[in-house]
Amino acid sequence: MSDSELLKNTPLYAQHTALGGQMVPFAGYNMPVKYDGVLAEHKWTRAEAGLFDVSHMGQARLHGEGATAVLEALTPGDFGTLAQGRQKYSLLLAEDGGILDDWMVSRPEAEGYFLVVNAACKDQDFDIIADFIANDEAGADVEFEVLTDRALLALQGPKAKDVMKELCPAACEMYFMDCGTFQLLGEVAYISRSGYTGEDGFEISFPADRVGDLWAELLSNPIVKPIGLGARDSLRLEAGMPLYGHEMDAGYTLAEANLGFAMNKSRLTRGDIRGIDRLKAQLDGGLTRVRVALRVLEGPPAREGAKILSADGAEIGVVTSGVPSPSLGYSIAMGFVPPSSSAVGTALKLETRGKSYAAEVVALPFVANGYHRKPKG
Amino acid sequence: MKFTKDHEWVEVTGNEAFVGITAYAAEALGDVVFVEVPDVGKTLKKGDSFAVVESVKAASDVYAPVSGEVIEANTDLSGAPETINAVPEAGGWIAKIKLSDVAELDALMDRAAYEDYLSTL
Repeated sequence: MSDSELLKNTPLYAQHTALGGQMVPFAGYNMPVKYDGVLAEHKWTRAEAGLFDVSHMGQARLHGEGATAVLEALTPGDFGTLAQGRQKYSLLLAEDGGILDDWMVSRPEAEGYFLVVNAACKDQDFDIIADFIANDEAGADVEFEVLTDRALLALQGPKAKDVMKELCPAACEMYFMDCGTFQLLGEVAYISRSGYTGEDGFEISFPADRVGDLWAELLSNPIVKPIGLGARDSLRLEAGMPLYGHEMDAGYTLAEANLGFAMNKSRLTRGDIRGIDRLKAQLDGGLTRVRVALRVLEGPPAREGAKILSADGAEIGVVTSGVPSPSLGYSIAMGFVPPSSSAVGTALKLETRGKSYAAEVVALPFVANGYHRKPKG
Repeated sequence: MKFTKDHEWVEVTGNEAFVGITAYAAEALGDVVFVEVPDVGKTLKKGDSFAVVESVKAASDVYAPVSGEVIEANTDLSGAPETINAVPEAGGWIAKIKLSDVAELDALMDRAAYEDYLSTL
């Protein structure tokens, strides 16, 4: 049996191949890496609206009175203060504070959460949640349901709202990081106003057996084009968003991965975050490495694995993701360096194919985001 | 024009040859955004990685289809890497090589043989 026969397909496999999608193995699935071309798809998403099949990702519901306590035991977030109708970025932590996955957690109901997790981590994550519920008293009143019968689409770009307005106008009343349950093509859809591109947009959880209809309906609008995983990666990198397995894994804490926004101060005060002692020591000046954004100033693109050197040539870190930025016209990267070399403006070098090239630490995001934020006040 | 299984082409005049990547390779790579051409004067052995072609997604090595010395590199590609996609088997040439062993050409495929080979992929 060849490897490809072991791969799973999303419910939209036939649609991807019919559209000329180049299918590659990703996290155990056959996924489209591109249709027309990564560059064109990237630029289309920044200007119009791109449609992504992300049905390989894991989806689950966690509900009941103890659901908040379960989430707080496993993550650094304060879910008690997450309002109904809001969404939060979070991290699944190991006992020692290492990062096991990153999650989007929505609260469409007062006692009901909806989780979206990485495809490559979903079996592990769901085992951890189920074990915890079965063995901890916080899990007594909690129901956990893995949603294997739902697909997930992301519609992203400055014109995503114009497309959604015709299909589900109520969803367009949401602001960035809002979520809710909506009727769409006669089905129940869990929709959030968020995504992984830095653009305004929506993520739509939809019954797998009807997602072909939704896919076709969305693509019938000439503003919408299908976008593969290649552009998804370059878009998220420009937005400065980390990718599990690259900018974080079990060997990194949230402080090292520069993901402090996934932690609530109240949890630090309470002192009940997994790995709290290590985390506190790092936050009190004990960090030895931290994630930074890099601009490549000359030479070839820096890719994952490229060494990061100080200005005088000493090896100080490693690139975890890098791409020639289609929006900016120069190469960008993320990687880890000691805090003493992490200030914006620090001159560094990146080593590619045995030669070193000038780079500098820059601020995140690389490309300004286009979120539809709730007006202040 | 002659071809390799790694999708490089060679266009020979006397004992000098332009080399580049084939239309098939350019299409498979997608949009080329960076090309690292070899230094003039570099000595290549057949099969050496002598250039790198990068798309948004990945960096791909280009292997020397013949042995010899680099006598010219297509430095225009640094300002216009997309030439590799537009005219891979003409203006998208990567280097000009002075052949050290003309007999190596005999092992390369002609266009008909290369197209037969592509049909098996």
